[in-house]
Amino acid sequence: MTGHYLALSAILFTIGAVGVLIRRNAIVIFMCVELMLNATNLAFVSFSRMHGTLDGQIIAFFVMVVAAAEVVVGLAIIMAIFRSRKSSSVDDANLLKY
Amino acid sequence: MSGTIAAGAHQTGESGIFWFLAIVSVAAALGMIFMRKVVYSALLLAVVMLSLAVFYAVNEAPFLAFVQVIVYTGAVLMLFLFVIMVVGVSSTESMVETIKGQRVAAALAGIGFGVLLILGIGNATLPQAQGLKNANSDGGNVMGLARLLFGSNTRSHNTMSSYIFAFEVTSALLITAALGAMVLAHRERLTPKPTQRQLSEARMKSDHVSTLPPPGTYARHNSVDMPALLPDGSVSELSVSPVIARRRGGSHEDLHGEGPESAVRHGAATLKAVLQGRDEGQVEVESESPAEEEKK
Repeated sequence: MTGHYLALSAILFTIGAVGVLIRRNAIVIFMCVELMLNATNLAFVSFSRMHGTLDGQIIAFFVMVVAAAEVVVGLAIIMAIFRSRKSSSVDDANLLKY
Repeated sequence: MSGTIAAGAHQTGESGIFWFLAIVSVAAALGMIFMRKVVYSALLLAVVMLSLAVFYAVNEAPFLAFVQVIVYTGAVLMLFLFVIMVVGVSSTESMVETIKGQRVAAALAGIGFGVLLILGIGNATLPQAQGLKNANSDGGNVMGLARLLFGSNTRSHNTMSSYIFAFEVTSALLITAALGAMVLAHRERLTPKPTQRQLSEARMKSDHVSTLPPPGTYARHNSVDMPALLPDGSVSELSVSPVIARRRGGSHEDLHGEGPESAVRHGAATLKAVLQGRDEGQVEVESESPAEEEKK
């Protein structure tokens, strides 16, 4: 059963990674990153159950805290870029391009 | 009781829950990366997060299940939805490829990565799951987590006595994130803020001393960006806030870009054509209404 959860976590992680590669809206890319973080949380929790210790759940808890902080700052950046450029597409933020 | 449960520790009905929610969450994740509208992607991500919360509860992590619902789905996703509302709720993304061959390369990379992960996990021989009855026994799941975080734990096999240092560092991280959000979202005021006296004087000197007209309420739309109609049928520009009026393009798709007065006229013309067609024994709605428009 643990293997099933790990396989599901791997599939969700892959879907998130493909989403980051093919989408151009900054918010959707960010949501796919959140999906990847959630998939790793699932892997941690199922491993914690497999080993019989709570360390996996503690690590998953810290991952959630870090993800929440990252969402706060990332969305503030996206909003700042949207306010000045009126566009949320990652193709348009190319001023540093050579 | 804890001694007999050590091996296996799988509850009844768990595989049913797992297969049902696994299919739901994978379908929602696939839908999330392929949806054109950003709001639909956010709602499908909410579906994934809620099904993951059920997985945590089934995996004997009730505290994490509640934290997932409250913090992740309730706070983080609401932040996403607020930002989507600022950007534009009905914003769609054009699915046209800008870099040639990117879709194919991304699909190949995704499939390759997935196969790599599955093979790697499949090669591992996983021991029988021990279950968390031992760890959750003394005081429950929350007490066990608290013992790991704050106290000296005697049940775990890790080298650290507790995770207290990581806890303090994440608190510093949260403070930094809050400060960063405040700095990034801050807007400097370029002109001094008008006082109440200045606002009142400006209102008395303008041509509308009373309150502005409210937005229009129609059969199909009563949102704040629908302008009101004056008695002669023209649109009242004062009834919609200028910030909202500027981005009205494309928000009401069933109006096909018309304003309210032309939509009302179009609807009346269509209705008249239907009634006329019914009287004459033939119903040709689409060809009659532009003719009615030209007659006016």
